[in-house]
Amino acid sequence: MASEIMNATSNALFWISSAFDAPTRAVVFGVPIDGHLVVEVLLVVVILFQLTRKSYKPPKKPLTEKEIDELCDDWVPEPLTPQITEEMMVEPPTLESAAGPHAIVDGKEVVNFASANYLGLIGNEKVTDSCVGAMEKYGVGSCGPRGFYGTIDVHLDCEARVSKFLGTPDSILYSYGISTIFSVIPAFCKKGDIIVADEGVHWAVQNGLYLSRSTVVYFKHNDMKSLEATLEKVTGRSKNPEKVRRYIVAEAIYQNSGQIAPLDEIVRLKEKYRFRIILDESHSFGVLGNSGRGLAEYCGVPTEKIDIITAGMGNALATDGGLCTGSVGVVNHQRLMSSAYLFTASLPPYLASAAIGALEYLEANPSVLTNLRANIAILLKELSDVSGLATVSHPLSPIFFLKLKKSTGSNKTDMHLLDSITNQVLKEHSVLIATTKRSSLDKCPLPLGLRLFVSASHSESDLIKAAASLKKVAAVVFS
Amino acid sequence: MVRLPYTTALTTLFSYGLLFVFGQLRDFFRKLLGWIRKPKDQLKGYAPICLGLEDFYVRRLYLRIQDCFGRPIASAPDSWFDVVERYSNDNNKTLQRSEKTSRCLNLGSYNYLGFAAADEYCTPRVIQSLKEYSASTCSTRVEGGTTKLHVELEELVARFVGKEAAILFGMGYVTNSALIPCLIGKGGLIISDSLNHNSIVNGARGSGATVRVFQHNTPSHLEEVLREQIAEGQPRTHRPWKKIIVIVEGIYSMEGELCKLPEIIAVCKKYKAYTYLDEAHSIGAVGKSGRGVCELLGVDPADVDIMMGTFTKSFGSCGGYIAASKEIIQYLKYSCPAHLYATSMSPPAVQQVISAIKVILGEDGSSRGAQKLARIRENSNFFRSELHKMGFEVLGDNDSPVMPIMLYNPAKIPAFSRECLRQNVAVVTVAFPATPLLLARARICISASHTREDLIKALEVISKVGDLIGVKYFPAEPPKHLNQGHNKLE
Repeated sequence: MASEIMNATSNALFWISSAFDAPTRAVVFGVPIDGHLVVEVLLVVVILFQLTRKSYKPPKKPLTEKEIDELCDDWVPEPLTPQITEEMMVEPPTLESAAGPHAIVDGKEVVNFASANYLGLIGNEKVTDSCVGAMEKYGVGSCGPRGFYGTIDVHLDCEARVSKFLGTPDSILYSYGISTIFSVIPAFCKKGDIIVADEGVHWAVQNGLYLSRSTVVYFKHNDMKSLEATLEKVTGRSKNPEKVRRYIVAEAIYQNSGQIAPLDEIVRLKEKYRFRIILDESHSFGVLGNSGRGLAEYCGVPTEKIDIITAGMGNALATDGGLCTGSVGVVNHQRLMSSAYLFTASLPPYLASAAIGALEYLEANPSVLTNLRANIAILLKELSDVSGLATVSHPLSPIFFLKLKKSTGSNKTDMHLLDSITNQVLKEHSVLIATTKRSSLDKCPLPLGLRLFVSASHSESDLIKAAASLKKVAAVVFS
Repeated sequence: MVRLPYTTALTTLFSYGLLFVFGQLRDFFRKLLGWIRKPKDQLKGYAPICLGLEDFYVRRLYLRIQDCFGRPIASAPDSWFDVVERYSNDNNKTLQRSEKTSRCLNLGSYNYLGFAAADEYCTPRVIQSLKEYSASTCSTRVEGGTTKLHVELEELVARFVGKEAAILFGMGYVTNSALIPCLIGKGGLIISDSLNHNSIVNGARGSGATVRVFQHNTPSHLEEVLREQIAEGQPRTHRPWKKIIVIVEGIYSMEGELCKLPEIIAVCKKYKAYTYLDEAHSIGAVGKSGRGVCELLGVDPADVDIMMGTFTKSFGSCGGYIAASKEIIQYLKYSCPAHLYATSMSPPAVQQVISAIKVILGEDGSSRGAQKLARIRENSNFFRSELHKMGFEVLGDNDSPVMPIMLYNPAKIPAFSRECLRQNVAVVTVAFPATPLLLARARICISASHTREDLIKALEVISKVGDLIGVKYFPAEPPKHLNQGHNKLE
């Protein structure tokens, strides 16, 4: 066996060497073709052939129908909602009368501090009469969006009235308070724009910021130094000020803490760094300022300097819906680009006429604001030394905000503790107070607390009773 | 489905091209003039609110026909109403209100069962609740804004729709856009119909889940998309999806079509996806007792996971609701931001819905509800068949009260609208961006308060105007004498 292989190999070698040493058979283009040249050319051809072959990859087969069927059968979805726990089963108190300063809950009369009825307009005779007139004339709903016969002359009158009240060129009405701000922000801010927002803004503003797809940078809650540093950083980084729109978003009175934004500082910074400002005045419209014209009047800033003012009317004006005011260009832009204005039915006409009635009342009786401020001062004095709770709201804010002096560590346990306080206050002393709620979608980092909404129609005895009951219950809970 | 003839497509494209060219020319001159005149100092350093071509459509196309949209009215949106006349001094750039009004037939408002104006049963009760609870509670539902009326309405809605429990919201738009993020988040998949409403699109975007679209009303394509997506899993990581929600509407407001609900539910059950049905236009308007698309198409409400609807259209009020199983509603009451942060629905509006539902169910002691439901069905079918006979291209299914008439060319939009208004019929015309660019249409909404004479007058006017501007794209049947038809159908 071995000798045969030896023979075969020596024969092969003999053939190769003879091919190599073969004499020149032909001359092509002046190059003599030796035998070894043919072998070398063959080798080069073989090498090139191998180089051009693709490396071996296992072929990509698409999934067969049977495999897809198996995957679909195997897949198990999560349940639509998580397991219901004890705390989810809590029912809120049910009112059996109007939400005025005294309301009836479960058959008992309670002092109501959970309605943002700042001017005491719930139950006002004149406003109710104008609503009744509007209902008899226009029915209840408006049955159409603003673009398709849903614009009723009451809406146009209301917009004109609001502009006249605030001294701005034009206004626009929305049909729901919370949808105003989360529709205004995406109408003006698009992808690539820069927004600097306060970290304590409420959920609707956060949703608007998310939907706008712009770059959002937060600054520390109501801290002007942090705002200036953020503006400095952002302007340093941005390349093209003429093409990129820049906005500052803030609330006049923050729902989550009761603090008031220092508007004069913000306007100074905005002019220095060339930003536009979007201000949400839901809780300050009709409350701050000598005649209730809002934060601009209170801080002595001319209204033209604020680019966009939005407000929900479900607070001081005791009606529903929202408004936005600014220059003519700003308002006209929203009439075609704001989704909650275009794609939804307009405000029911009786609520618009209630808004007009509320504005007329406020203009005729500015003394209601002095009553409101006096009430806030009384409550501030009475609640200055509650055990375990500290006041964090501004002395002029109608949202009286108390937070826990020492937090228990997590939002959940804080909420338990505060809920137990409010439940006891309601059951034993018949005073209705609210805890701040936090949805799982809300990303606000501010602490939870108790909120009292002070109204101009609360009497002194109401306030003293509320303060006394809260102090008693807190003393028991925190002992 | 829309069948667009080739010649019409060509002429429409040509019209839009011409408008575009003219618009660009005017923009060029505007830029030239702007460069000559100095810019205002206070706007220096600020980017303009609209850059470049962002508002081209608004400035150059929409403003020319601005008077066809946003017409103010001075009375209740009933079957006949007063349209306020407007005039313009600067070529339609701004419109001024005048004191004059003209009485027109209303073919545009969403007033399906005729509850828009003052009603003999509803209005006294609504006024009573206004005096008792006042116009607003100024508070959120969880703090001090829940009244007895809200609790009553939630139970009534659940009973009406056929689900275990319901939750109310003050506005239909917010119901969709604040609810979908609560149910699904990152790692979930939303499959929605390609022609879904803007509120659903906003809600889906705001949730952070992946969104896929399936061809309008095509259950076979939905099945393909579902199979593909479940097999592939999440993008890039290929992990399995956490959950899948399929969102469809009962009646599509721009097409007038009913959703193919039984087939879609069958597909979703097979692949274990959850279903979300938006019945904004169909609740109260279709179905033998007004219970919506489920009743009309014979689907058991227990098969649909979440049913959403609004009170604006058939009940003459405002607001929206969600009806589902007890656990889902309890969870939503605990975590939905629109429930925790938004002012609760206005009590008189709640009372209006309660009274309207009682009328529809016949619990007010009369048969007005059944009469209204029968009338709207008769009216819609009569109107649709007459329009077909005249040769118009009308979309939508039988029994649906929404009828779009195709116009296509941009110039026919203002022509149709203004000519009809001149003859005291108020119609709604819809163009881009609510519909695709080439498919402009006029949309008619029939109401139970329209009488047979109203409909005949409307048909006469529409036929005359249709001949004038040439929108009868199909051959007309030889006209029967209309009165003969009137007697036969009575």
